Amino acid sequence: MPDVNFIVDGQKLTAPAGTLLIDACKSAGIEIPAFCYYPGLSLQAACRMCVVRIEKAPKLATACTTTVAEGMNVTTESPEIAQARKATLQLLLGNHPLDCPVCDAGGECELQDMTFKYGAADSFYTEPKNHREEQKWSPVVYFDRPRCILCYRCVRMCGEGMDVFALGIQNRGSSSVIAPNVPSQLASLLNAGADQAQLDCEQCGMCIDACPVGALTSGTYRYKTRPWEMNHVATVCTHCGDGCKTTLGVRSVSDGSEIVRGDNRDKSGMNGDFLCNKGRYAFDFTNNIERLTSPLVRQADGKLKPVSWDEALKFTGKKLRELRDTRGPQSIGVIGSNRTTNEENYLLQKFARTVLGTNNIDHHRTADFVTLANALQGTTGRFASQRNVENAQALLVIGGDPTNQAPLTAWNLRTNVRLNKARLYIANHEEIKLRRQAKDFIQVQQFGYGSLASYLAGNNAAAEGASIVAQADQLSNFRTAIQAEEKLIVLIGNEVRGGELANLIKALPNARFALMADYVNSRGASDMGLLPDALPGYQPLSGSALANEYTAPTAPGLDLLAMFDAATRGDLSALYVVGSNPIKRFGIDPFALKDTFFIVQDLFLTETAQIADVVFPAANLYEKAGSVTNSYGDLQLVSKAADKAGTRSDFELIVRLADHMGHDIKTLVPFGKGLRADMGQSRGAQSGEADRHAVWLMANNMEPKLSPFDPFAILDEIQRVVPGYDKLLRLQLLSGNDQHIAPASTGLVQIENRKDLVLPSSDTLFTSGSLTRYSPMLQDVQRHQETEVADHLAAD
Amino acid sequence: MAVVPNTIFSPETAARFDKLASIYPVKRSALIPMLLYAQDEVGYVSDEVVAELAKRLDLLELDVRGVLSYYSMLRTKPAGKYNVQVCTNISCMLRGGFELLDHCKKTLGIGHKGVTPDGLFSLEEVECIGACCWAPAVQVNYDFHDDLTPAKMDAVLADYAAGRGKDVK
Ligand code: SF4
Ligand code: SF4
Ligand code: SF4
Ligand code: FES
Ligand code: FES
Repeated sequence: MPDVNFIVDGQKLTAPAGTLLIDACKSAGIEIPAFCYYPGLSLQAACRMCVVRIEKAPKLATACTTTVAEGMNVTTESPEIAQARKATLQLLLGNHPLDCPVCDAGGECELQDMTFKYGAADSFYTEPKNHREEQKWSPVVYFDRPRCILCYRCVRMCGEGMDVFALGIQNRGSSSVIAPNVPSQLASLLNAGADQAQLDCEQCGMCIDACPVGALTSGTYRYKTRPWEMNHVATVCTHCGDGCKTTLGVRSVSDGSEIVRGDNRDKSGMNGDFLCNKGRYAFDFTNNIERLTSPLVRQADGKLKPVSWDEALKFTGKKLRELRDTRGPQSIGVIGSNRTTNEENYLLQKFARTVLGTNNIDHHRTADFVTLANALQGTTGRFASQRNVENAQALLVIGGDPTNQAPLTAWNLRTNVRLNKARLYIANHEEIKLRRQAKDFIQVQQFGYGSLASYLAGNNAAAEGASIVAQADQLSNFRTAIQAEEKLIVLIGNEVRGGELANLIKALPNARFALMADYVNSRGASDMGLLPDALPGYQPLSGSALANEYTAPTAPGLDLLAMFDAATRGDLSALYVVGSNPIKRFGIDPFALKDTFFIVQDLFLTETAQIADVVFPAANLYEKAGSVTNSYGDLQLVSKAADKAGTRSDFELIVRLADHMGHDIKTLVPFGKGLRADMGQSRGAQSGEADRHAVWLMANNMEPKLSPFDPFAILDEIQRVVPGYDKLLRLQLLSGNDQHIAPASTGLVQIENRKDLVLPSSDTLFTSGSLTRYSPMLQDVQRHQETEVADHLAAD
Repeated sequence: MAVVPNTIFSPETAARFDKLASIYPVKRSALIPMLLYAQDEVGYVSDEVVAELAKRLDLLELDVRGVLSYYSMLRTKPAGKYNVQVCTNISCMLRGGFELLDHCKKTLGIGHKGVTPDGLFSLEEVECIGACCWAPAVQVNYDFHDDLTPAKMDAVLADYAAGRGKDVK
């Protein structure tokens, strides 16, 4: 739209016609107070806080609903306006409990801020306040009616933003209340004992986040602390593969520091203010009392006993070395994690390949990234980023159910359709909820994705195998519409893999692709070479520069299942599992490992850890620094937020184990290069700089690369040897920005007839693999949802 | 059109609802008339009414409850056989509306929104019912009684109690 010129508070401004005055002012650094206005949601004009004086207009106008016009002359602050805002505040406070000293929002409340600014401390209202008791609507959502200022942000957020519509408004005028979707009379039927209304919804907490006051509060945070008592650390959510940024509020406790809150109020990252239930609340597993805080070693009596770090490491290092030297490197297996950092994953495979000398390394794969990288060999610009989901004009989702498995992807798709009128096409074997936003939906046959790929490639005979649509032309119209899209973003669920995936990619030669994997660093685990048949960056085991540098075996190693087969045969002398629970996930018979020396690193005594010979207590993703790569290949920084005495990062544990095996760790971690280890004692310009750098690193919870435990020393190596990651920009990373990484376009490993080892974890909104059971909040929410009527999740 | 199987309404009302849902450009516009007709037939807006109307109009029950709670003429509990609505808005107030209300409270032994134990009468204080010219006015079900005094009110109530009053629904 053409630009228009107008004046605000004497400043000449320009903005595209159609821009809301409140937004135009914000862009120019002029803040107009607003309660009901919320960017991205529909306009409400309910609060009158944003009133401004527009020249020649008869009365004050609301800046949140006025669009800028040529020649407009606006005043945003004047005694008249201040008086109007003050009167609005007095009306709001007339029925407000003024319990700021105990309110969760105290200190970061928009009503409090405005009252301070406009000084509406005195009230002319003598009527009794309209009190209502606080209500618990669900384990995560509580409602304090008296604090509510009826801005309706929550109602719009839930309906428009989440497409859940679980909140409504009842009664009218000053007795209006926000009401949840299960009224009290029904709730009491369903849930004997609860006489309060209940919320049957996605429990995302977006309504709480949008609430400008403390009317909606969360079960995990309420009455725990005050905003100014926390430190705030920006990092990445540890749950699904979408890569939401989150700001964790942490405070000191006797054994470290604990997380009390998660949100993304600064709207940085690919998720803006969005977080789903898991990202916002399921950090509580970190504070679980079942956390392991001491190494355990199995004793002669068959019991695991806590021992000192020194004892555990010495014992394990010695034993591992013996087994390697006596039974050979090929008798040892290593299984990595989907939730450890890129640096840890890289280090782990380097440990396997160079310290142990084996390619027997794998992880629980949740999407077929190897096929994706292979199928797109020789191309550029064909990998889609999460950013594309936010702003592309046309998108196709094949398989998967983002609403449940990749909530941010679903949020971005909905937002893109709502705000930018993006065209969304969906092909799925289930009637997934996102089809409500779709321009076109076709239902695929169960296991019909291969036929669909073939049909999209032009093979009309495949139509029947592809879809169960009734009308003859519906499928062909779908294909025509997709082929007419010049720039198409294709998101593929993890039920499509192998040859089907390759064919699908071939059928859409101009599209950009992304696979939806299940965990925070599923993509990173794959990219970093936790694979028996490929080095980091999907480079072949022989011939590449990296292969020469490693001098590891050139034959592929055992995959995850083959390792357990070998163990059953008695051919696996040792197994080292980092942050993974294969016994549970793959239904492995624990007896298989009876003759194997079994080392596990984890947070909890999982099914896998229970049968180990040595268990090391590990830190989780919220307790360490490094980087992770989401399903799309967007690389982001992970910062250390919480701290738990008695645990060590997986990085440190791997290094220490190598050290105790007698390995020269300088060849494992390239630390101590460049900087001299004089932390400020000596004089001179250079050391001063190193000094300041070190201080800065420490302040950001990163160790200077003087130590073998510094993940950034490994990031240097990743950047040097992993194609794709060579292009990463440090400043981008350290500023907390995402950057999109695509594997190299040539020289990748080519594997015929690969076994399909992908096992989708089918997590839902309220599960997160093995962590589910250790999150009291997730347990509570699951119980809550069981008793509800669940009509919002039904897709219509 | 979604004709609801196992409707809770009489065949005539159900047919009327089928039609109502089809005559507005936007289906949900039929909600308010439907709520009124449903209340007349069932006596109040029950949970079952909410559920069926939501289904008929493709709305969430929450939407129906939102509209339902907005209007004070719609009730979610049964009223008496004769619902006495006493106006105390300005014209009636000036001409004795409050005396009339107090008189009714005393005579019937119930307060605002109360129902007599025999279920015959219920009482409500309402805003202007559009009969200001003949204030003070009272509406019993859909029937108007105007220019009232406490004595005239007694006669009106006695007529209803004796089954002589019109039962207009
Ligand atoms: S928690 Fe999320 S889904 Fe539930 S009411 Fe709030 S915004 Fe809606
Ligand atoms: S609960 Fe909060 S967000 Fe919702 S209307 Fe009240 S003040 Fe606004
Ligand atoms: S969408 Fe995924 S990354 Fe984002 S908060 Fe939820 S679980 Fe975490
Ligand atoms: S922000 Fe404009 S009226 Fe509320
Ligand atoms: S004021 Fe009573 S009828 Fe109008």
